[in-house]
Amino acid sequence: MRDVAIVAFAQTTHTGHDTGLTEAEMLHPVIEEVRRATGLSRFGFTCSGSCDYLAGAPFSFVSALDALGAWPPISESHVEMDAAFALYEAWVRLQHGDIDSALVYGFGKSSTGELREIMTLQLDPYYLAPLGLDQVSYAALQAAALGRDRTELDEIVRRSRADGRANPHALDLPDPSGAEYEVEPLRPYDIAPITDGAAAIVLAAGDLARELAENPAYIGGIAHRIEPHYLGMRDLSRSPSAADAARAAGVGKGPVDVAELHVQFSHEEPILRAALELPEDTVINPSGGPLAANPVMATGLIRLGEAARRILDGGARRAVAHATSGPCLQQNLVAVLESAPSSQEGARRG
Amino acid sequence: MPSDPPSALPADTPPAVSDPLEARHVLEFPGGYTRSTGPVIGRFLTELRDRRIVGVRTAGARVLVPPLEYDPDTGEAVTGEYVEVGPAGTVQAWAWVSAPRAGHPLDRPFAWATIRMDGADTSLVHAVDAGAAKAMRPGLRVRPRWRERPSGDITDIECFVPEVTMISAPVRAEYRVRPGAALTRFFTKIKDGVLLGGRCAACDQVYVPYRTSCPSCGALIEEEREVADTGTVTTFAINNLPDPRAPEVPFVSAYILLDGTDIPMIALVGGVPAHEVRQGMRVRAVWVPPEERTMPMANIRWFAPTGEPDVDLSADAPGGEA
Repeated sequence: MRDVAIVAFAQTTHTGHDTGLTEAEMLHPVIEEVRRATGLSRFGFTCSGSCDYLAGAPFSFVSALDALGAWPPISESHVEMDAAFALYEAWVRLQHGDIDSALVYGFGKSSTGELREIMTLQLDPYYLAPLGLDQVSYAALQAAALGRDRTELDEIVRRSRADGRANPHALDLPDPSGAEYEVEPLRPYDIAPITDGAAAIVLAAGDLARELAENPAYIGGIAHRIEPHYLGMRDLSRSPSAADAARAAGVGKGPVDVAELHVQFSHEEPILRAALELPEDTVINPSGGPLAANPVMATGLIRLGEAARRILDGGARRAVAHATSGPCLQQNLVAVLESAPSSQEGARRG
Repeated sequence: MPSDPPSALPADTPPAVSDPLEARHVLEFPGGYTRSTGPVIGRFLTELRDRRIVGVRTAGARVLVPPLEYDPDTGEAVTGEYVEVGPAGTVQAWAWVSAPRAGHPLDRPFAWATIRMDGADTSLVHAVDAGAAKAMRPGLRVRPRWRERPSGDITDIECFVPEVTMISAPVRAEYRVRPGAALTRFFTKIKDGVLLGGRCAACDQVYVPYRTSCPSCGALIEEEREVADTGTVTTFAINNLPDPRAPEVPFVSAYILLDGTDIPMIALVGGVPAHEVRQGMRVRAVWVPPEERTMPMANIRWFAPTGEPDVDLSADAPGGEA
């Protein structure tokens, strides 16, 4: 295994509304920022994550290449998923050994459509999509299966929103209040806000990582696992795929200073916390997490960026990042980021 | 999919927003995609069209409902054995939708639920038409409500509905009732604006309304006694359900110990906010004017506070209850 590290991270100041920029216009400053931070203008590999259904335009991810300038031709790939999964592909590509740098980015404007119903389109077309099962409804089924205490969920939202107000990139959302339900048992504030935004990360391997950053955030382990799609085939109160990914990534092999979790609904935090077996003293989502800003398709990548940032700025030694895809935490990616390379024992991988 | 030009928008399109550069864009595949079902899902949907719910058995003998082509636990292909399940099932988890979306299966509040069909080892996700969230609980038994013309689609089950556990049994009978001799005598006097009691000579107790025998000793009551229309509230209840005799809620019904009597009489208390009524409060009958008097007890509208100081009702107080 080659040592691969996150050496730069940038994100937009996320908004809860359409600011009138195209996706490429929204993305461009973020790409510029990581280029400036690393001094690199071209990368060995480029991989992005986005969802054409958000814009409602086929191949909308291709137009986003305008933000990069893809001439002369670049080596590029895309996943129709959160860009955290694009980062996984870039990490695998760097393991080939013939290139040393990769650019990963993700972007999404969920303000332009009905996100809750767009997410119905990701469901299987035979059994679930015809029912019109929307994103909040299936999340509410999971919250009901978990059956957590309201006080605990309220505190998760309160903490996340307070941390979000302290994060200049996240939305300013008030403390949770109100007793109405969006879909019972979920209250409106249990749900990550509609958000537009983008993020980018630069990965570097071997010596290049040390050249580009003072404290590279080394990927000590990274893995993703998936569960059956159909909700009725799963125990929704647990996330065995997140637990498997965490074990494969080696989360439990050391202390965890900070964990950034892709929590789009408050009840997902206790599920993930249990699955990742995070110690009591681990700080969860100090950025505010997705409950404070959820630019869909960049949110998971931002978890990797925020976790890495704690190491890049010298504040943490070991951090965990989590990203998810699919209904009710169907697929989960877990990465361990460390201040020191683990080449002597070989990086763990999924 | 290209944006529809404004002229192509259907008639129910909302008026254009103020920003002239903001356009409505619809992504749609007219008529829907055609998708092959494969043999396993196809079998399930075919059975559904005949109003049967089937699962498929895995090599490990579990029954998957709805059927999948591969066992999610092992990845092995499932067996070719289909098993009819249900039609009843048990709710595992549920979520309540109070404001249905356009794409939802019901246009009134309903629940989403994971439902373990009888005979299945996995759960089906569907809607439950339960009327109200409080009707939902894990363990609730439900059955499918079928669409009138099934076509081989998961929505052939319109939704599930709770099993019958309760019926409403109407009870109604009509009677002709008369008050009896003693009450007739009492009511006659009420019409004249007089409250009539009766005194048992053996027990030295004055009862109101008037009665012909003593409920304590059984002796004949021979002495009529007109009693005061003032008294003291001994206890009371605040009623929040309207009654033909007191249509405005809340109203107070009270035990009133009329002065000179030994047993309290039940009557309405009015002319005072319900929360101010208290034990020991002094009250006086409010009579309907003589020319308006009709039904016997309706001749007293209610008892209203006199404004006198409260009476101490504790047992050891003078005049208090023994």
